[in-house]
Amino acid sequence: MAYSDKVIDHYENPRNVGGFDKNDPNVATGMVGAPACGDVMKLQLKISDAGIIEDAKFKTYGCGSAIASSSLVTEWVKGKSLDEASQIKNTDIAQELALPPVKIHCSILAEDAIKAAIDDYKTKHSS
Amino acid sequence: MNFFEIFNFEPDFNLDVNSLSARYKDLQRAFHPDQYASANESQKLLALQKATEINDAYATLKSTVSRAEYLLKLVGLDISHETTTVKDPSFLMQQMEYREKLEDISALSDPYDAIIEFEQELEQEQAELEATIGRELKSAHYEQAANAVRKLKFIKKLQVELERLEDEVSDI
Repeated sequence: MAYSDKVIDHYENPRNVGGFDKNDPNVATGMVGAPACGDVMKLQLKISDAGIIEDAKFKTYGCGSAIASSSLVTEWVKGKSLDEASQIKNTDIAQELALPPVKIHCSILAEDAIKAAIDDYKTKHSS
Repeated sequence: MNFFEIFNFEPDFNLDVNSLSARYKDLQRAFHPDQYASANESQKLLALQKATEINDAYATLKSTVSRAEYLLKLVGLDISHETTTVKDPSFLMQQMEYREKLEDISALSDPYDAIIEFEQELEQEQAELEATIGRELKSAHYEQAANAVRKLKFIKKLQVELERLEDEVSDI
């Protein structure tokens, strides 16, 4: 299967690989996995007290499309509020990376990772 | 006729794989095209369809993941083509650690012992999940069974990766 140029670019030069201290109150962690292919994705957001995403890091074990989807998402969420970030849809990711239908679940995984991170942040700050 | 009935089994997750293989070989022989060399065209076609069905049934029942998925499908829960995301943090954290371990092992100069040890760890994990699947299916807790199947798929994926690593190492 042929990968698009954008997928290859993100795969070969992934942006923002790594992580933050998950115990930092300003850090939100989203962990998700896709049983269909065994891919595991960790997305971490560093969120300012004003609720703006200042930085993002990811670590993904999976195929090129899963890595590219999470790499792209770390670029997109920076500078956004949590509400804005939660508006990112898997269809936007799939379209930007020109993902074929069999790889759509990789973009779903990336969208779910953002949601999981935001949920984690809300849980951390609810008490 | 469902896949279990083809081999004269009750639809049960706990299946003796040795008797499955033995019954498969018997059926395969009985419906082999060679047995139908002198039969007419419609008999040949029927035998071919039967042989294909037998192969599909065997492939499905042989692996615990597809066997469990098939049993769930029989009760109306089709998870074989789903795009569900697993969100259980402690399970995923452990998966991350396993993947990191796999990376560490591949960087070792003599990874053989570490590979064997990791294989045993994953086999243990696999056995526990399979026991859970059997138990939950028996008590008709289908969603819980489905969750354990999803987790088992991650373990299977790791085992494939580990086998690949072992092949690479033994090639040197």
